[in-house]
Amino acid sequence: MIPADLQTIWVYLAAQPLLTLTLTLLAYLAGRYLYLKSNSSPLLNPVMVAVVVLIVLLKLTHTDYQTYFQGAQFVHFLLGPATVALALPLYRQINALRRSVLAVAVALVVGSAVAALSAMAIAKVLGGEQQTVLSMAPKSVTMPIAMGVAEQIGGLPSLTAAMVLITGIVGAVIGPSLLTLMKIRDPRARGLAMGTAAHGIGTARALTESETAGAFSGLAMGLNGAVTAILVPILAGWFK
Amino acid sequence: MIESLALILLCQLIGEVLVRLTHLPVPGPVIGMGLLFAGLVLRGGPSEKLTATANGLLQHLSLLFVPAGVGIMLHLGLIEAQWLPILAALLVSTAITIAITGWLMQRLADKGAGE
Repeated sequence: MIPADLQTIWVYLAAQPLLTLTLTLLAYLAGRYLYLKSNSSPLLNPVMVAVVVLIVLLKLTHTDYQTYFQGAQFVHFLLGPATVALALPLYRQINALRRSVLAVAVALVVGSAVAALSAMAIAKVLGGEQQTVLSMAPKSVTMPIAMGVAEQIGGLPSLTAAMVLITGIVGAVIGPSLLTLMKIRDPRARGLAMGTAAHGIGTARALTESETAGAFSGLAMGLNGAVTAILVPILAGWFK
Repeated sequence: MIESLALILLCQLIGEVLVRLTHLPVPGPVIGMGLLFAGLVLRGGPSEKLTATANGLLQHLSLLFVPAGVGIMLHLGLIEAQWLPILAALLVSTAITIAITGWLMQRLADKGAGE
């Protein structure tokens, strides 16, 4: 009787968004717990831990991504409103922003070009296939823009989505230590670098560092999306 | 709470509509961020309720990337087949981008204004 009951419960849970939604929150909390326990070790980035835990769980239970996403979409949806809400930290930095408009513009455009060119060049030199090389070009910008650009230049949009995520996690993991190592202490510079190279995941990390870093990171994320959409189709032409 | 959430969603909605009407190469929420920012400049700052709602949304921004992150599982095969060019390019390129952007911004921005 008990296995039959369990079977019924499993059938119910598998068909409902409740289970995967709960698991998403629990995996994130576990990742955050490990992160805090390890004195904020960058190697235990909460997003990375949660993603690995969830992929292992889904593989073990033979659950496909579509089923998982039926629950997780409620969390995913909040990304849009959260992006809009970045206007508030940005507004609180309006004076700092006014004083550094030219610096932001130059650093951003150079950073955007470096992000796309270096990624394509390294992948090509190491023998990546043409489609992989092109899919890599918009890896530093927020996912909807990156996927649109990938499609336009002949990349594979869903592969680009995976690269965008890995880039974000890499940026969040190595960015702050790298910037400190280079003696870049200005929170505006730290934020701008994180947002330009590592979009929203970098911004989430920059927000935990300081309000100023978070605001400049959110700004860089938005602007780099626009710059990349214009610049990358031109730059990618060199790699075809 | 509901008023400020409605305002945020409305900004996003207008952003999405504008993007589709004008074919701007920017996602709707980013336009929404611009609209809300313009609104804050005009009004001279956010209300307490809006601040509270925005803080709630941004407090765990990292969590919101987890569902999309799990989507990597769809491409594990492709990534495994070309792991060296993919991972090396993402790692090195991200590091170079952070280093150059941060260095340039620190050099060019006026000192002390960001404190």
